Amino acid sequence: MPDLGLDVLFKGKNMLRLLGGLWVAVRISLISVALSIPLGILLGIVMTWKNPVTKTVTRIYLEFIRIMPQLVLLFIVFFSSTRTFGWDISGELASVIVFTAWGTAEMGDLVRGALISIPKHQYESGAALALSPFQTYFYIIIPQTVRRLIPLSINLVTRMIKTTSLILMIGVVEVLKVAQQIIEANRMSSPNAAFGIYLVVLIMYFMICWPISMLARYLEKKWR
Amino acid sequence: MAEVLLKVKDLVKQFDGGTVLDGISFDVRRGEVIVVVGSSGCGKSTLLRCINALEPIQGGSVELGGEPVVYGSKNLARMRQQIGMVFQSYDLFPHMNVIDNILLAPLKVQKRNKSEARAEAMELLKRVGLEDKAESYPRQLSGGQKQRVAIVRALCMHPVLLLFDEVTAALDPEMVREVLDVMLDLAGQGRTMIIVTHEMQFARAIADRVLFIDNGKIVEDSDPDTFFESPKSDRAKQFLNIFNFERSK
Ligand SMILES: Nc1ncnc2c1ncn2[C@@H]1O[C@H](COP(=O)(O)OP(=O)(O)OP(=O)(O)O)[C@@H](O)[C@H]1O
Ligand SMILES: [Mg+2]
Repeated sequence: MPDLGLDVLFKGKNMLRLLGGLWVAVRISLISVALSIPLGILLGIVMTWKNPVTKTVTRIYLEFIRIMPQLVLLFIVFFSSTRTFGWDISGELASVIVFTAWGTAEMGDLVRGALISIPKHQYESGAALALSPFQTYFYIIIPQTVRRLIPLSINLVTRMIKTTSLILMIGVVEVLKVAQQIIEANRMSSPNAAFGIYLVVLIMYFMICWPISMLARYLEKKWR
Repeated sequence: MAEVLLKVKDLVKQFDGGTVLDGISFDVRRGEVIVVVGSSGCGKSTLLRCINALEPIQGGSVELGGEPVVYGSKNLARMRQQIGMVFQSYDLFPHMNVIDNILLAPLKVQKRNKSEARAEAMELLKRVGLEDKAESYPRQLSGGQKQRVAIVRALCMHPVLLLFDEVTAALDPEMVREVLDVMLDLAGQGRTMIIVTHEMQFARAIADRVLFIDNGKIVEDSDPDTFFESPKSDRAKQFLNIFNFERSK
């Protein structure tokens, strides 16, 4: 068996440090998702309005967020805000801001899609059965919208966790950064550690994202 | 003769594009089965939708049992409970199983007792041959089964009037019959119904009266034999001709 430098993992608190880094990444994703869901639902509802002003503004916002690479957004928020406005925001806060802006845009588009995909006759069947508009929303429209949304928004969580690997670029010490530090510190004693450590990081991402993806797929099947 | 249940008077319905119903008047007596026919786009669906106020109207009135049915009015929920409607598109709620589809309105709108409503729903399902499908989801049913459930869902509200809008139009031919049989059974029970259909033989068999709509107006209002054997208007003759085929060889 080739030397993967895995012994480095068990030196000192290295494993714990890696897990700590992973937690930073997951925490940023979870906070961003928790903020994105209510904001995205609001945005999605606004996007179904027929008003041309709200239509244009939300469209521009969505396109802007989608076109810009996340890294550029991170740089803009982290460096420019400090330079231009003199705000001293932490890398983690900047990450949450960018991921929330991104997540809100994506969620908004998902909510819009889910809302307009409910056929008109679902509303009318409710009305024909003498349900009030509120009851129609509560028992018929919202449950169907949520069922369509949950698998899609779970996928959004995994995309966010993966994208957090970018935030080391603005100095946030997440799992990839910790891995780099460990490899750097052991460059002399075990030069092969790079491979082993990155392999472990890969497995960590997988262990987090895979169950989430499976859950999404399960819910999608169940509620189809 | 039985008393008048539904009174439609000078009904006018306009969309942005123009006038679809242009002064429709007719009465339906208790126990009567009315079949509405006319060429595609003449406003048959619109007429049914105006009767239970799914659409606002621009003129005239609809009265059920002497009470007005008005779009957006306060008593609308109470009026709609008395009007059952089944659409052409499968309109069951896909996230609920059959029994929940049927019980939603009786429990939430009429606040009925759950076990009593459930017993009635099961009885009705049995009557349409679907007692073993109570726990199935709509996606597990055939088109014909879905429409029979939709009929049961409407019946469970105890409506005094039933509206059917081309309920077999989207079905495969071999499923049409099972749904039509349910409707014939309802007619046999003396239910009051207004049926829009393109099944002319069925129309003739079930109707007490046929209304033929053309250009936004009722052009013929007659018993089925008269309508199908000797229609008065040229438009009705033309319309009925569509369903006749000459031998080509
Ligand atoms: N929401 C709407 N907005 C504008 N026009 C409408 C609307 N709904 C129906 N119409 C128009 O009203 C007319 C009558 O439509 P309706 O659906 O009542 O016809 P129909 O007799 O039921 O036809 P079919 O036999 O094809 O079902 C059509 O010309 C249609 O284009
Ligand atoms: Mg129609």
